Amino acid sequence: MEFTFTEEQLMIQDMAAGFVDEVSTSEAVRTAMTSGLGYDASVWQRITEELCWQALPIDEADGGLGLGFVEMVAMLEQTGRRLLCSPFFATVCMALYAAKQCPESEAKQALIEAILGGQTAAFVHTDSQGRWQDLSALPRSESGLINGCASQVINGDSADWLVVAVSEGEGCALYLVAGDAEGVGRSAQVTMDQTRRLATLDFTNVTGQRLCEASAGAAIVNITLELARIGAAAELVGVAQQSLDSSVAYILERVQFGRTIASFQAVKHKCADIMVKLESSRSALYYAACVADEFMAGSTSLAALQEAASIAKAYAGEAAFFAAGVGIQLHGGVGITAEYDIQLYFKRARAQEAYLGSPHWHRERLAAMLLDGDAA
Amino acid sequence: MKLSFSAADEAFRAEVATWLEANLSGEFEEIRFRGGPGDEHVFVEERKAWEQRMAAGGWTCIAWPESHGGKHASIEQQVIFNEEYARAGGPGRVGHIGETLMGPTLIEFGTPEQQAKYLPGIREGREYWCQGYSEPGAGSDLGNVKTRAVFDEATQQWRINGQKVWTSLAHESHYCFVVARTDPSQVGHKGLGFFMVAMDQPGVTIRPIEQLTGTAEFNEVFFDDAVCAADDILGAPGQGWAVAMALLGYERGVSTLGQQMLFQNELDEIIRVAKANGSANDPIIRQRIAEAHMGLKTMRYNSMRMLSGAEGSQLSREAMIYKLYWSSWHRNLGKLAMDVMGEQAEILLEAPYELNRLQSMFLFTRADTIYGGTNQIQRNLIAERALGLPREPRGQA
Repeated sequence: MEFTFTEEQLMIQDMAAGFVDEVSTSEAVRTAMTSGLGYDASVWQRITEELCWQALPIDEADGGLGLGFVEMVAMLEQTGRRLLCSPFFATVCMALYAAKQCPESEAKQALIEAILGGQTAAFVHTDSQGRWQDLSALPRSESGLINGCASQVINGDSADWLVVAVSEGEGCALYLVAGDAEGVGRSAQVTMDQTRRLATLDFTNVTGQRLCEASAGAAIVNITLELARIGAAAELVGVAQQSLDSSVAYILERVQFGRTIASFQAVKHKCADIMVKLESSRSALYYAACVADEFMAGSTSLAALQEAASIAKAYAGEAAFFAAGVGIQLHGGVGITAEYDIQLYFKRARAQEAYLGSPHWHRERLAAMLLDGDAA
Repeated sequence: MKLSFSAADEAFRAEVATWLEANLSGEFEEIRFRGGPGDEHVFVEERKAWEQRMAAGGWTCIAWPESHGGKHASIEQQVIFNEEYARAGGPGRVGHIGETLMGPTLIEFGTPEQQAKYLPGIREGREYWCQGYSEPGAGSDLGNVKTRAVFDEATQQWRINGQKVWTSLAHESHYCFVVARTDPSQVGHKGLGFFMVAMDQPGVTIRPIEQLTGTAEFNEVFFDDAVCAADDILGAPGQGWAVAMALLGYERGVSTLGQQMLFQNELDEIIRVAKANGSANDPIIRQRIAEAHMGLKTMRYNSMRMLSGAEGSQLSREAMIYKLYWSSWHRNLGKLAMDVMGEQAEILLEAPYELNRLQSMFLFTRADTIYGGTNQIQRNLIAERALGLPREPRGQA
């Protein structure tokens, strides 16, 4: 048992931390999040050409680094910490992982090569209301033509490629569709959190390349979403960490009654409470990342993956919202201004706490495992 | 980062499990799952006999170096031992204070003579220890101890006067380690000594403290001209604080995984009750049971991080949150148990005041957030040591 990062993993984390500190400053985030793409294309270019983050989980045989989910989580914790506006999560943590699970095909190979070459992708797995719980409500394919609407698709407005989950017959199939394919209407949605771009996609008689059969898609979508939950939890841990760090920095400077407000016990104890939730989330996250690697290696069950993903996501979501919410309170009046960044973290935490299942949803899923089965 | 244990560690696990299964039976069957926190007053004689059975099998003090009769067990092996011990229903350890606190302190600070005098009794499960830190006026503020130790030149002995409180297992212990003031002109952390005091002497009086559970596992201990030999001071006069704090540092959290097994047993019982009485269908109860489950799993992951990084003596961030985390979790579990039991939570097993396991747990969890550093002290420690926030101002002594 070795529940710490290896030297190599620490190096990956440190390099990611250094990079996001440089490119994802407060000013950079604000510029990127209101830009047309929702991210800075030149930063994405550096990520894919200089740092090769997209190669992380691609097999070595396909020209990638062949690294696992622990490394993925180490990166995403850092991108979350700086609210990096980037198609990295949608492209690598979602679309690529979905493709990796599909059987070998020209379409799959083409997508992996495109991603390795720096192109972006989005994973389309929602219905017209942004819901993901019912696969039969997704856009439908009949006779090879896709029709329907999906919303709240991360980076769906600009992705070069779309991995589209569709309802087909009694099952769910996956198609690879070019972002600019005929019949695809795309529009960015106006969102409360602006650091992560969401889009509505309308499909009208769209053709794509098949990535998997209707009998296999549901399992792939479900596993991809479990992994995405763990990835989202990693970003949330980063959000919680920065919310705490920026609040601590502020209270150590702010002087009232002739002393820093950090010297007040009521303020100190709030920070301690954040740290308990933050570090616990981090533990649950690292555990879930290990389980993800074990699952991908075939050495643990889907139930174990689901349980670990639910715990990590529920914990990290609540920790991030708590940290950012208390963070606003600790900032006092300036906390509710647009100028200070804590409001950006608060909005991101709120959005991502609900993403792919609120803490309540995850607890009910765990409750069903604990209380409704035959096991005691 | 990997979750699995090595083949050698798994072999060790099998060895522990086999031994426990073979030995924790027959005369010891009745003490399985007994004697834990809140239940320490039961089956004491049987648990002492069990300590000696453990010692005979070589399963006491496994973390100690081989030169002192231990196995020099790795952190992983200690974790495995504690897990298997709890899984098998191993009873609360009468010898744990000697094994996990006093022994390592003696090994670090003791003279060869002191080690030869005290370590074998601990290792062989014959001699038990209790802790003399807290006083009526020195709880969270341990530096405020008023117990005095004066060296009597005529008899060449230390004479100890004062009162200790919250001393668990005092009446079952052969020795107490006592923090006492050797230099009355000093205050706070200065001028203290760390003494090893025999309990069986006229100058020591023990009075049990009846708790809200109706049972008594804590005691008051009064020292009225109690004596200890000149060389029964560990470290020099004035070094007591350093020794006392080092002793607390040996609790590296290895036993926490065993503690979590007990928590899991409690949660399993709550789930069993919830299924039986239908509260498992209540959506709010379902959320709370899931929350308890998540919390316990995460407690385990916190421990795994803490133990993986346990080489250094500096407490890590995850170690600093541990006490506040588990005590708060367990207190919530106690209330959940009562809410799941519903109306029946009010009805005791029998007169005069016989609580069932969940009722006892509920009441005793209110102590969890107080002993070993209250939740408020824990928050101060986290804020000051982990986050670098200003220290609390001190009043005039």
